[in-house]
Amino acid sequence: MEILGGIFAIAGSIFLFLAALGLIRMPDLYDRMQAGTKATTLGTMLFLIGLAIVEPLWTGKAALLILFVIFSNPLSSHTLARAAYHTGVTLGERASCDELAGACGDEEDSA
Amino acid sequence: MADLLFNIAAVIMMISLVLAMVRLLLGPTAADRAVALDAMTIIALSLIGWIAFMSGRVIYLDVALVYGLISFVGVVAIARYVERGV
Amino acid sequence: MRLFKARVVLLVLALFIWFLLTYPFDAQELIAGGIAALVIILIPLPGIAVLGEIRWTPKALIYGIAYLFYFLWQLIKANIDVAFRVLHPRLPIEPGIVRVKTHLKTRLGRFLLANSITLTPGTITLETDGDDFYVHWIKVEGIQDKERTKKIVAGFERFLEVICG
Repeated sequence: MEILGGIFAIAGSIFLFLAALGLIRMPDLYDRMQAGTKATTLGTMLFLIGLAIVEPLWTGKAALLILFVIFSNPLSSHTLARAAYHTGVTLGERASCDELAGACGDEEDSA
Repeated sequence: MADLLFNIAAVIMMISLVLAMVRLLLGPTAADRAVALDAMTIIALSLIGWIAFMSGRVIYLDVALVYGLISFVGVVAIARYVERGV
Repeated sequence: MRLFKARVVLLVLALFIWFLLTYPFDAQELIAGGIAALVIILIPLPGIAVLGEIRWTPKALIYGIAYLFYFLWQLIKANIDVAFRVLHPRLPIEPGIVRVKTHLKTRLGRFLLANSITLTPGTITLETDGDDFYVHWIKVEGIQDKERTKKIVAGFERFLEVICG
């Protein structure tokens, strides 16, 4: 049982590592945010599940932390993304379309 | 056995903390730095969980909860500041 | 009526959080928490009316549980997706911001939908404006507006419509 908990913890830490790697590798702000939000959420969840498996009496607090992370993480990243967009951080060179600024190229074709 | 696995996990988390720190120092705009800071606080939250496990005290999980609350409010405040100044 | 419903939901929520916080509990702690929760819901809080938008029917409960599992499955899929993109040597991304429409009317439903979109494969909610959500998508697919809406929103709307449409 302890080993299962440890495996969960290592899986969680690997996702946290991937999030940090994504922060370094991704070319523009919004892509970094994609990596930094999703991977950290699941990473923390898995680590805390591992903790709860090893120490069953801590399940309540670990569950509360998981719930808190699930609700707060998307909210803060959404707030940051919106603030960045309104201050004029643009999409990277690879970007294909931006419907918040105007219609997409392929959108106009279909209309 | 579980100790060893948790220690390996902690080492990986510390490496990722350093990587996120690099983005915090590099980040061209303030928003990039804020994203890196957000990721760092979540990683640190997990590390506090590790400290709780190693010391065997459940009280550290409460510390992690309060830390998460404060960092959430802090990131939202930074976002507000980036959007329209103080 | 609606505010009453919101208060009951808040009471259940507060008791649940207290239950998690003091998990190996004894009777004394439960009584203290119950009294504190009752005092809290009697305070007039203007913001809690949002919570009254949850439906009480058994069908909504079943859909709520199903929604939880669907959400977790999408979260795991999103992470495998992110891991693949980060580890791929050429970074297969083609980001863009697209507009999707929702037909959820309540504020709670929209909040849950936006949060869910942020944690599903490759999408982040950037801005909301009435019925329109502007979503940053890491790899834009589908040419037509409707196709995109179906891909991003439809899965969650199916559940959220029943829970708090």
